[in-house]
Amino acid sequence: MARVMLEVRDLTTKYVTRYKEDVYAVDHVSLKIEEGKTLGIAGESGCGKSTLALSLMGYYFPPLHYTSGEIIIDGQNITGMKPDDVRKSILGREIAYIPQAAMNALNPTRKVIDFIGDVVRAHDPTWTKKMIYDHARASFEMLGLPAEVLQKYPVELSGGMKQRTVIAVAVILSPKVLIADEPSSALDVTSQKMVIKMLRDMMESGFIKAMIFITHELPLLYNVADEIMVMYAGQIVEHASAKQAVFDPLHPYSKGLMGSIIVPESGLRDVKLVAIPGVPPNLKNPPAGCRFAERCKYVQAECKVTSVPLYEVGYNRSYRCILSETQLRRAYEHGE
Amino acid sequence: MANRENLCLSGTGVTKVFGFGRHRTLAVDHVDFAFHEGEIVSIVGESGSGKTTLAKMLLGLISVTEGEIYFQGKKRDISSSRKKKEYWRNIQAIFQDPFSAYNTFHKIDAVLLDCIRMRGGGNLPRDKKVELMTEACSFVNLKFAELTNKYPFELSGGQMQRLMIARIFLLKPKILIADEPTSMIDACSRATILDYLMKLRDETGMTLIFITHDIGLAYYVSDSVYIMEHGRFVESGSADAVILHPQQPYTRRLISDVPKIYEEWDLSTV
Repeated sequence: MARVMLEVRDLTTKYVTRYKEDVYAVDHVSLKIEEGKTLGIAGESGCGKSTLALSLMGYYFPPLHYTSGEIIIDGQNITGMKPDDVRKSILGREIAYIPQAAMNALNPTRKVIDFIGDVVRAHDPTWTKKMIYDHARASFEMLGLPAEVLQKYPVELSGGMKQRTVIAVAVILSPKVLIADEPSSALDVTSQKMVIKMLRDMMESGFIKAMIFITHELPLLYNVADEIMVMYAGQIVEHASAKQAVFDPLHPYSKGLMGSIIVPESGLRDVKLVAIPGVPPNLKNPPAGCRFAERCKYVQAECKVTSVPLYEVGYNRSYRCILSETQLRRAYEHGE
Repeated sequence: MANRENLCLSGTGVTKVFGFGRHRTLAVDHVDFAFHEGEIVSIVGESGSGKTTLAKMLLGLISVTEGEIYFQGKKRDISSSRKKKEYWRNIQAIFQDPFSAYNTFHKIDAVLLDCIRMRGGGNLPRDKKVELMTEACSFVNLKFAELTNKYPFELSGGQMQRLMIARIFLLKPKILIADEPTSMIDACSRATILDYLMKLRDETGMTLIFITHDIGLAYYVSDSVYIMEHGRFVESGSADAVILHPQQPYTRRLISDVPKIYEEWDLSTV
């Protein structure tokens, strides 16, 4: 059995609004990533993907609060650690995060190397300028970025190059797990491909041991991830291998998501894209039953009253629906 | 439906140059095109290829440095502001960012009432106007009763973009230019927006011009596709011909850079 790099058990986190209302944006999420694997997280805007990413790092600051659950990174349980300790010893070393608008993180008034210096010294103030430069140069070369970038200001770099620079900075202390939150959604297709290739190379060379990739672009996720988790209104509704999730989704929501894929391949023009009607529920007071019931084509009477657990079906495959596998498959065959 | 004989918008040698001397940039370089009535056209290119500059010239928002644009076979004349307004009755646009397309201080009713006034319905009685607005909103699956008296910032991005389409439904222009209409919206709402735009074309027979970098989207919606690189059209033709059998290396690269699900995505060619 391969080494488990990140394990999360029943993690629940909430936002507290200024009227003291609780919004559970991550609701009893469990996941496990083995060494060398990439886990993809899909879902529409506002479903809690980015909150999950933040929660996974164990670094909470208001309005985000920890409620329950455990986070174990490579055997080390970081649950209940003080935020300051997490920042110093976990972030960047054990687990790193690339936010959505990562390229805006670069300081426009400082050279890239000075920015790296700040990052490294925040973790270990004893590093000298020379050490930082040598280390940065070595890791930039390993990641296939020109070392000249180090001496440049962010304005001198293109969007794609900035994004790759930020990724290189995020992994400068060789973390074990990397969380990439929409790392390429602001880029055009060619720069996107370069970013993805860089992430793939980092995984293959063992520079990082495991990755969580978050996006709403399903074709991209299919190409990057080994396993896909589909998230809806703070809950995981389906977990499957990338292939199963795209070609044989079980949950009606995943099925709907896969129906919105647009790729330039023959056959696309013959299918009609079907959008899922309606909007996700307000998480301030989520529905008692299945959270997708309001928008579901196959809704039953009991869906709206009983909450649905995540059913395990086979190895690494689970879904959250009261209908059985065969019932769902039959419904999809008739529905199309 | 689509009348492919009637030329709607065409141009010869259309060029735009920004700056002078050392800073001279050729943004659009002698492009020729012919868009027919009722056709859906896509102009595909990477960032900086000049596709938005071309769209702005088509809209008459910026001047054309060289070349001519013809509207319905006649040379386009927008020399006076009266003529420009007349032209804008025929050509309208939807932009990338719905959040900055509205005036924050105006209620949603004002946006729609403006459209009614623009097509000459300013003197209609109030209930007739409400009827028109309700019809337009229901076209994009919004309820006018829920929107009236609200401000734009109270809507979500998808709703705003749909309201933009409702505007177009009221105006019924001959041509609609959609500049990256779905790039700020997530993949799930994208299908809805595209559906409404295509429905609009089917009902009113307008010409739709998509400006996009998403070649998958271009393939899904369009009848013909123009591929733009460095201000020039490198390849054009029917969607099937261009996307499935690309001739130019640039087009091939653009297609190979898009992640796909049925074919292997080759990462070694970066």
